[in-house]
Amino acid sequence: MAKIYSHASPKNDNLKPKEETISFLLNYSKALSVISYNELKFEALLN
Amino acid sequence: MKKELIQDAELVSNYINGDENSLSILITRHKQRIYSFIYSKVYDRDITEDVFQDTFIKVIRTLKRGKYNEEGKFLPWVMRIAHNLVIDHFRKNSRMPKFHNTGEFSIFSVLSDSSLNAEKAMIKDQVEFDVRRIIEELPEDQKQVLLMRMYQDMSFKEISERTGVSINTALGRMRYALINMRKVIEQNNIVLTN
Repeated sequence: MAKIYSHASPKNDNLKPKEETISFLLNYSKALSVISYNELKFEALLN
Repeated sequence: MKKELIQDAELVSNYINGDENSLSILITRHKQRIYSFIYSKVYDRDITEDVFQDTFIKVIRTLKRGKYNEEGKFLPWVMRIAHNLVIDHFRKNSRMPKFHNTGEFSIFSVLSDSSLNAEKAMIKDQVEFDVRRIIEELPEDQKQVLLMRMYQDMSFKEISERTGVSINTALGRMRYALINMRKVIEQNNIVLTN
């Protein structure tokens, strides 16, 4: 689709996720444990 | 560029082997690129935040499950996940569009709740009952055409085929059906409005 040059492009200032989101993801990763049993995989979130 | 790709692959490998810090490095390295990409599609910070989070949840789960095939393409893979989640978001939204109240003007001041309250439902039922009674008063040929047209949604071509008359005849019967119904309504002062 053709870009409409009459519209100003939105300024890309500070386009990054919140610290809380990053923190959540890292904590989620630490808490996530994948257990393999035979050919099955189970996910567990450890406290 | 290639050096960075190799580094990504190494970080991914370390992460899979239990080094949580590698994930932190990967996210820090690519977060702006991925976030900007999502934002360029949805133009909403909150939605971008959600999609970004969901993207990495998928990334984390896939890596931890050992289902990731390293081909030196970590970032394109993550971008693909983000892209698909953006599409999912648009699909969900097209089914049920959201209205955002900006404070000054509420869309609900011009949109009304289309569900009928009990009183209006009763009136609607009464009107429909009365209409059916009036239709019953019509001559058989007119009644037949009207029922086929209004209640069975048939075209006049289908009606003419079914009743064995020409389309013009079917049209004429429909016209007279309506004229006669109006006569009955006027003569008996029937109110058919809600």
